[in-house]
Amino acid sequence: MRYLVYILKRVVSLIPVLLGISFIVFFLIRLIPGDPAATLLGVHATPEAVKELRDQMGLEKPLLSQYLTFLGHLLQGNLGFSYVYNSSVLGLIGTSLPVTIWLLVSGTFFTLLIAVPLAVLAAARRNGVADNIIRAVPVVGLGLPAFLLGIVLILVFGLKLGWFPVGGYGDSLGEHLRGIVLPGITVALTLAPIVIRSLRASMIEVLSSDYIVTAHSKGISTARVVLGHALRNAAVSSVTVLGVNIAYLTGSTLVVERVFSLPGIGQQMINSIFGRDFPTVQGITLVFAIMVVVVNLLTDVAHSALDPRVQLT
Amino acid sequence: MSAVATAGPAVPAGSGGRRRRGRWNAPLVAGLILFGLIVALALCAPLLTSQDPIKQNLQAAFLDPGAKGHLLGTDALGRDVLARLLYGARVDLRVGVVAVISPLIIGSLIGLVAGWFGGWVDAVIGRIVDMVIAFPFLVLVIALVFAMGPGTTSIYVAVTLVGWVAYCRIVRGQVLVAKEQEYAMAARASGLPTWRILLRHLLPNVVLQAIIFSMSDIVLTLLAIVTLGFLGLGVPPPTPDWGTMIQEGQQFILTKWYMATIPGLAVVVTGLALALIADGIVEKANQ
Repeated sequence: MRYLVYILKRVVSLIPVLLGISFIVFFLIRLIPGDPAATLLGVHATPEAVKELRDQMGLEKPLLSQYLTFLGHLLQGNLGFSYVYNSSVLGLIGTSLPVTIWLLVSGTFFTLLIAVPLAVLAAARRNGVADNIIRAVPVVGLGLPAFLLGIVLILVFGLKLGWFPVGGYGDSLGEHLRGIVLPGITVALTLAPIVIRSLRASMIEVLSSDYIVTAHSKGISTARVVLGHALRNAAVSSVTVLGVNIAYLTGSTLVVERVFSLPGIGQQMINSIFGRDFPTVQGITLVFAIMVVVVNLLTDVAHSALDPRVQLT
Repeated sequence: MSAVATAGPAVPAGSGGRRRRGRWNAPLVAGLILFGLIVALALCAPLLTSQDPIKQNLQAAFLDPGAKGHLLGTDALGRDVLARLLYGARVDLRVGVVAVISPLIIGSLIGLVAGWFGGWVDAVIGRIVDMVIAFPFLVLVIALVFAMGPGTTSIYVAVTLVGWVAYCRIVRGQVLVAKEQEYAMAARASGLPTWRILLRHLLPNVVLQAIIFSMSDIVLTLLAIVTLGFLGLGVPPPTPDWGTMIQEGQQFILTKWYMATIPGLAVVVTGLALALIADGIVEKANQ
């Protein structure tokens, strides 16, 4: 019950941010140099068609009333209509969003798979050889673009070894799963260094605390002390770091989808940019921001679930 | 009372003879040497190659590295890869550095104002920051570049519009601490105009953290620019750019793996150099 009230409060507190997001997305289209209606319709549009679209978009009305109309449409789930795909923007996003969510889930899964063991190893054998190597990785990894990693993985595991498809999402669940592994690892390799750094630091702090000394002195095995006693407490701060960075990485899914030809919303956004399909670009930008807000909310909830000391207010 | 003499505890004392040995640390030195080398290569591009980076020669397309007159081979349009790499460094480094300076200045000034005045000014700026932060960096930059049309100006404006928030938050936090300190109160009590207190007295004390952050921000900005090029949304062709080169090379990855790998390595080495500098500066500041 306490959780429900907390989550409800958090959702309500998101309303101003969501309003702000809609405001920025609304103004995106006003940045287009010249007449947005003429740009939307392309160079071959007749003046009549431009005028009709101007009326339809309400470009003659004052800015505030234009925004309110836009907001009204949003609340009804109407993100506009794509003239390029001849479909509603919501429909386009509906078919591609699951792919992006799968990619994020797979990326998070592989991040944990890579980061947790390495961070625990580094912290447990502090200043050892493994620790020094693991500590150097984030510095090297920071300047590594995600799309380059993707290309290397395709080259090695897709083309040379043939373990995974070179790109695409397939049609069956099995093909989906095989197709999402390399993109997931690509996302994980850019995210893992940051998580390793944070988890290692908090593990070291926890391992030097009194209750760990007590546990050791009771004769509990090192493995159990590290994994059973220390990891849970150290994980709390890393969940926040992971959450913040998943939000950041939501942006790089766009590039990863492009490299692996995954039909997610990032790929759709790039295609729509080349098709000069403004309503779709606008809609997807909005969805990306909403995803970040939702991930942040889930991070807070996970944080409070892991750490009972966190006040639910 | 001069701002220099009153440099508060926000600035770590680095001049003490005792700490002299800690002035330079290994990552910082390695990063500076590596980055200096890359900048030198970019600046000396006309001396190092006589080839024109945008001149096409379809009869000499797809030459392997080591071909006569083309040390790193040629691309699909017969353009010299070495020349494109060197001139591309000029473009990407310039755009990367310039695109960090304006968010640094604008964000710091807004943060200064938000932290100093507080109240509704701070509240309004805080809300705007929350809005911008809700967007993934790359998504908003891409959407803005798209709306404003391709070109370096659009990239500068887009990165500034999205990037200032980080600096604003950092400086605002620093100002909240600094404005309670004696030198700030003394400046206020002596009746100096507000702009003078802010710019001459507070700014030098609070800007260090922002500058440190800008070092790692350059890495991310450079990556964003290369990524824009890779997606075909960056510096418009035929201007050489590493991201565009990687994207062109990816199409021939099966037969000519080095076409994407050579510019890719350039990005990784530059990223590493900047990351080392950033790491070194953080280490130095923490001493």
